[in-house]
Amino acid sequence: MSGILVVFEQREGHISRIGWEALAAGQRLNMQLGLPVSAAVIGADTESLAAEIAARPLAKVLRVEHPLLAQYTADGFTLALQQLIESENPAYVIFPHTYQVRDYASALAARLGQVLIGDVVAIGDGPVFTRQLLQGRLNGTYRHTGNGPCFVSVQAGAFRQEEQHSTVTAAQIAVFTPAIDLAQIRTKPGEPFRGSAQTVDLSSAQLIVSVGRGIKEAENIPMVAELATALGAELAASRPICDAGWLPLERQVGSSGQTVSPKLYLAVGISGAIQHQVGMKGSQCVVAINKDPDAPIFEIADYGIVGDLFEVVPALTAAVKAARQ
Amino acid sequence: MKIVVAIKQVPERDAQVHIDAAGKWIEETDLQYALNESDAYALEEALQLKEQHGGEVIVVSAGPERVGTTLREALAKGADRAIQIDCDDLGARDALGVAKLLATAIQPEDPDLILTGLQSEDLGLGQTGVIVAELLGLPHATLILHVEKTETGLKLKRELEEGWFQTVELPTPAVLTIQSGGNKLRYATLMGIKRAKTKEVRCVTAAELGVDSVPVVVLERVTLPQKQKSTQILPGSPREAAAALVEKLKFEVHVL
Repeated sequence: MSGILVVFEQREGHISRIGWEALAAGQRLNMQLGLPVSAAVIGADTESLAAEIAARPLAKVLRVEHPLLAQYTADGFTLALQQLIESENPAYVIFPHTYQVRDYASALAARLGQVLIGDVVAIGDGPVFTRQLLQGRLNGTYRHTGNGPCFVSVQAGAFRQEEQHSTVTAAQIAVFTPAIDLAQIRTKPGEPFRGSAQTVDLSSAQLIVSVGRGIKEAENIPMVAELATALGAELAASRPICDAGWLPLERQVGSSGQTVSPKLYLAVGISGAIQHQVGMKGSQCVVAINKDPDAPIFEIADYGIVGDLFEVVPALTAAVKAARQ
Repeated sequence: MKIVVAIKQVPERDAQVHIDAAGKWIEETDLQYALNESDAYALEEALQLKEQHGGEVIVVSAGPERVGTTLREALAKGADRAIQIDCDDLGARDALGVAKLLATAIQPEDPDLILTGLQSEDLGLGQTGVIVAELLGLPHATLILHVEKTETGLKLKRELEEGWFQTVELPTPAVLTIQSGGNKLRYATLMGIKRAKTKEVRCVTAAELGVDSVPVVVLERVTLPQKQKSTQILPGSPREAAAALVEKLKFEVHVL
């Protein structure tokens, strides 16, 4: 068994950004273990995608190609990668931790008698893999002890892709054609659609005030909205607020909502679970107001106020208004 | 429709957690437990499907004795009966090991549908449902917000990233992992709580199921996360802290 296999993901005909981060994680393992890094890209037509990947320092790029892989299905992708892994025999298989990967990678690992170490944020000597526990309150260090490939998926933003200087010679590209029968694909996926008309573009907002579970009641939202207005900021929310219907879905920040990178992200009553952090950790300045000093949001905050938001927010709104006069 | 819902008991969301002496997990004494949130949505989906189409809802959970409380809660909300997989070493089992327990306990029930939450709030693996499907040879779909029964199977609303959705169709029997927020959760009524006391809770042990616990992935150490940024905590009364923050926003962050 040898080598590190990085599985890329495409979105609308392009390599998704987190795929390059998975490659960075693969290269990290390469530095530690000295194993060669290869890449796989899956689809019905992967020629241009493979060429894009082959410009990186890789042993080879595998085009896992079949007409039945044109659209993602868990059955198709699991079958294809199972065959690829049995043929290539890699020691490590690295995925980006996307919704697609979450849908099939653990079935793939189980089929080969293994367990995916998912949503990894760091790789240490050993190798050991760190992932977050209890919504980001604690970290857990995991080790693969099985005989067989070690499956890992990496969290968005956890591994920075290195600046690539195009001094490397292009990697060898090979086509791998898995045997897949239409009858083996049991799910019928439809085309993606947007939930509602997206009228709020949080991704371009410079200032965001975001509200979470700590707000307790829908009736308390206007208090935070007033702070947003005073600052000239967009109002956003974590998932539970949108699930409860207190703010529209289009104002949701996080893995299932929008990804934002404002100059200021002011988190009010948001504990900062992983799924939320993924959507906002690119913010230049994070301010957190929370009653719990151990809330994970303080791990990524530049400024924090530990206190009752029902006292802090009105005081802050007043102070902002005074400063604006 | 015969529906099995796999549910997990997890530490309450606001519970203060402390790493245990061995540094392998958290101190469990005095900890309050609750039903995992997305599992609550899975149960709700099952109860609504039963109300529309008839059938039976069976809840199953693995863990130590205290798991019984969470199963009773599910029965009080309207599940018909429960299977409790008694094992004190849940934490020593990896995702495949736990899924084997559940799959082995579920298989003889031969359900039309198996539902579970998207992921647990404690380990957050998000793998159990997918592996159960793999072990039972059933099709699956994840991140499901809405389930509709059709002539041939199910039509599902699946959540994608960044505000996108997708419709997925699949035949039954199948396994679905349910995302939070698709339905409004019900509360147990007094009548429901009373009825729950007479409903069947069948106990099986991991040994009786014949499932071993040799993991291929081991959680070696639990640590406090290192701060990624040095957070400056602004002290004082709410007014003082607010005034200090305005100063920072003005002179450091330059947004005022």
